[in-house]
Amino acid sequence: MNVISLSAFDLSLAALLVLMLAFTSFRIGLGLEKRMLISGSRMTIQLLLIGIVLKYLFANANFFFVVFMSFCMLTIAGYEVWARQKRKLRGRTGYLISTGSMLVSSFVVAFLALILMVGVDPWYTPQYAIPLLGMLLGNTMNGVALASDRLTTEIYNQRGMVEQRLLLGDTWQEASGEIRRDCMRTGMIPIINSMAAAGVVSLPGMMTGQILGGSSPLDAVKYQILIMFLIAAGTGFGVVTAIWLISRRLFDERQRLVLDCLLSPKS
Amino acid sequence: MDGLSLVDLSFLGNGPYGLNVQSGECVGLTGRSGVGKTQLLRAVADVIAHKGDCFLNGTSCLAVPPQEWRRMVAMVPAESFWWYDIVGDHFDSNGKHDDPIVLLEKLGFSQDVMSWQISRLSTGERQRLSLVRTLITRPKVLLLDEPTASLDKKMVHVVEGLLAKRCAQDKTACIWVSHDLEQLSRVAERVFRVESDGLALEDTQ
Repeated sequence: MNVISLSAFDLSLAALLVLMLAFTSFRIGLGLEKRMLISGSRMTIQLLLIGIVLKYLFANANFFFVVFMSFCMLTIAGYEVWARQKRKLRGRTGYLISTGSMLVSSFVVAFLALILMVGVDPWYTPQYAIPLLGMLLGNTMNGVALASDRLTTEIYNQRGMVEQRLLLGDTWQEASGEIRRDCMRTGMIPIINSMAAAGVVSLPGMMTGQILGGSSPLDAVKYQILIMFLIAAGTGFGVVTAIWLISRRLFDERQRLVLDCLLSPKS
Repeated sequence: MDGLSLVDLSFLGNGPYGLNVQSGECVGLTGRSGVGKTQLLRAVADVIAHKGDCFLNGTSCLAVPPQEWRRMVAMVPAESFWWYDIVGDHFDSNGKHDDPIVLLEKLGFSQDVMSWQISRLSTGERQRLSLVRTLITRPKVLLLDEPTASLDKKMVHVVEGLLAKRCAQDKTACIWVSHDLEQLSRVAERVFRVESDGLALEDTQ
């Protein structure tokens, strides 16, 4: 069974819907029309480009191409996580921590899945490796970004409380424990909820794509189950890593709260 | 060396400060607002970065894990913070500390204070509870930042008496920061004026 190929006309019709939405936004003064059009154009161009890149990559399953591509994706994901934080860590550290957490959440998990579960030969076969990594990066990014952003913001807002606990003789772990746990929960709860809703409320995108592409629903479902588990594990461990690394930076070697390592948000 | 010593303590462009407080002695600090009195106490409690060192009975601050230093050299900040909903949860120490009931009664609280909501406390109640919270840990040094600023006259005298008794009985060294020179002359043996480059002995006679 072959997929019905979409023509440029089909896509233009879909784009017209967004154009209508942009016009509506303009009429009712939402002020979102410019961003909507820019984002829409970005999405189209980026996806077309990645389509070309993937086409080339699949035709030449070169180990170094795959690794290079993966690292490009990782550095962009790390930047996205860093850029989404309201109060960023000063200097290179913040970016390195975000990228490091994404490495844990996606790279390690994707590698394990390719070797142990999918068992494709060679393990870096781009048809499997790149989409798997992309799904993991995209889906764990939210959790890691959410938790990191919340940690720096909460510690900043509750600095009086944290310092009070230090003054009462708590260690930095005790003084920031509730905040850190709270942030980890914030990062993990969305994926836990979407596991519970999968199949009942939502048909996840990957599975839908596979079914549209002609796979049997049962095969599609099995892959979706695998992906969901990987995303949950990746998000969880990525969040734990990010929170640990960031909170270590917020206290110095004498367990003092050092907030001058945070940049003030741009208003 | 007995008691608390500050040696060449400098921070945030202030200092160097030098001071010895004997065990059981109370030293008063005053000075214009913004000069860094609170920051000085915070440096002694080692919650802000500083140069120079502090010694407790001859032991350097750096030789002790920070949380233990802060338990021995305890600062009661002017504004106290509370993180649980109920007063009592902040006093749950698994028997490591003194029972707060005696102190609470002396400071005018009734038996049921432990079940009070933090959000309903007045500034003065917070200040007294914060003092009790620190006193029950029996620190060797007390760093008090305006400890009676939000209290009425009667309660000011109760707190002064209670702290004087504690210092004498436990041999607690005490640094008391206040704008009220009259109060300092009552509670402290020596009073210093904090300047940005050091301490000057204040004549309280």
